[in-house]
Amino acid sequence: MASPGVLVRPGLRLLVVVYLTLLLMAPVALVFWRTFEHGLGPVIDGLTSPSTLHAIQLTAVVAFYAVIANTIFGVAAAILLVRRQFIGKRVLNALIDLPIAVSPVIVGLALVLVYGRLTGVGKALASIGINIIFSVPGMVMATIFVCIPLVVRAVAPVLEEIGDDQEQAAATLGAGPVQTFLRITLPSIRGALAYGVVLALARSLGEYGAVAVVSGRLVGRTQTVTLLVQERYLNFDPETAYACALLLVVTAVLALVISRALAPKEITR
Amino acid sequence: MSIIVRDVSKNFGDFAALTNVSVDIPTGGLTALLGPSGGGKSTLLRVIAGLEKPDTGLVEIEGREATGLPVQDRGFVFQHYAAFKHLTVRRNVAFGLEIRKRPKAEIARRVDELLELVHLEQFAHRYPSQLSGGQRQRMALARALAVEPAVLLLDEPFGALDAQVRKELRVWLRRLHDQVHVTTVFVTHDQEEAMEVADSIVVMAGGVVRQVGTPDQLYEEPADDFVMSFLGPVTKLKGQLVRPHDLELSVEPRPETVKATVTRVTLLGFEVRVDLEVDGEELWAQVTRGSAEQLGLVEGQTLFVRRSAPVRSAAAVS
Repeated sequence: MASPGVLVRPGLRLLVVVYLTLLLMAPVALVFWRTFEHGLGPVIDGLTSPSTLHAIQLTAVVAFYAVIANTIFGVAAAILLVRRQFIGKRVLNALIDLPIAVSPVIVGLALVLVYGRLTGVGKALASIGINIIFSVPGMVMATIFVCIPLVVRAVAPVLEEIGDDQEQAAATLGAGPVQTFLRITLPSIRGALAYGVVLALARSLGEYGAVAVVSGRLVGRTQTVTLLVQERYLNFDPETAYACALLLVVTAVLALVISRALAPKEITR
Repeated sequence: MSIIVRDVSKNFGDFAALTNVSVDIPTGGLTALLGPSGGGKSTLLRVIAGLEKPDTGLVEIEGREATGLPVQDRGFVFQHYAAFKHLTVRRNVAFGLEIRKRPKAEIARRVDELLELVHLEQFAHRYPSQLSGGQRQRMALARALAVEPAVLLLDEPFGALDAQVRKELRVWLRRLHDQVHVTTVFVTHDQEEAMEVADSIVVMAGGVVRQVGTPDQLYEEPADDFVMSFLGPVTKLKGQLVRPHDLELSVEPRPETVKATVTRVTLLGFEVRVDLEVDGEELWAQVTRGSAEQLGLVEGQTLFVRRSAPVRSAAAVS
């Protein structure tokens, strides 16, 4: 007699395959196909035009600062949450997950409301020559915001798991807090930290909504690769749009592959 | 005195882990802090180590006040080894010396010495995950000894090991101590371990010190019924605690004997456990196989029992 599982399992498998094909594989494959539809020439042209090169460079700069900031903040916040007891710990814990719940567009809008050129803060900063909105600092801030949970949530469980025995042992052997962090804590969380950093990098490169609002989408000035894809597509230059889209997909897949290789087993499971 | 603890109290919320504890620990000795779980012994060790700051009182080490100070000249060995998992055995042992920026050649020489001392020479390039529990604990010990601490503190050092390894390491620790003579304090809840290894024992329960003495003193002259029952088997004869091997059994009545009925005879290798009943109260005696045969012990037999040693605890058990 066949158990129900024999019938259910192929059904489930089919459902998952159809679901992933319709939502993920078909669109990505189409992007791939469309990119190379007219050969390599238009792809190379699209990727080497001045505005594309500028967008790639800008994306790299924004992602770089956002990842650096989130790495430092993420490790500090994880240590704080796991190792210390303080008032407001649960609030901090909840706040860290906020960027997942809030739409990036709202994040961008909120930043404009605080730092926009018509606000007090924005005017004060503009008077000393610092522009946040429609400029790189604002784009970095927006990207930092949307990536906040990634490093913290990768590192915190590992810190929890290794406990503070080794840190205490290092202290009994004469190591100060900085030495203990560099020699004991950091090597112990290395894998998880690398995983979190790669995720944050992938997220930073692909961010659209928040950056779209704060950047003002100024072509050749504040246009990142994601914004370029949108703009080229709407301006009847699908070749460049597809080429850049493929570039983003390849980078993201590469980042994920690297992160899988770096991830501690308990995260990949 | 190497370690002086004066009137130390420590509370964790509502729980009084230590209440006015004062202990002197002699230089060069091997001292056990013995007591049931939650009795305050680990907390006292951590206070001595400077890992825990006492609410009141002070700790002096080698004549210098060390209350709540960072754990410098005190080597500490943790129950679960606290091995640095990403470092080899060699680097683990070298850690304290590297922190102190000692010359490389000196570090190498010292680490070699220590690895030999703890019999881990062949394992120098392994990682802690490739060692057994006993080997890890020996590595942790070498690591603590590397910085030549004034005192060595061990928190249930054998607690996470299985019985066989535990016994071996105990003997080994005793021998090691005879070699290096560093003032050593270790925490244990195992009275046999404390009796076998330590020169002196501090018995703790409920956050206070119940008695301090050599293993013999504690066994022969326990301060109270708690110490007596914690340090070895006890049974009750006419309301008083006695050691089962201090009960004298005879076929004929003798002075001060009471009449008892044998309810059960159990052979335990060389020893024989005799369960008895006196006026409806149960007790048990421990006799050698030879005397058991002399008495011709059988269940239901009537015997006469008395205490063979002087009364140790005057306090009647309510």
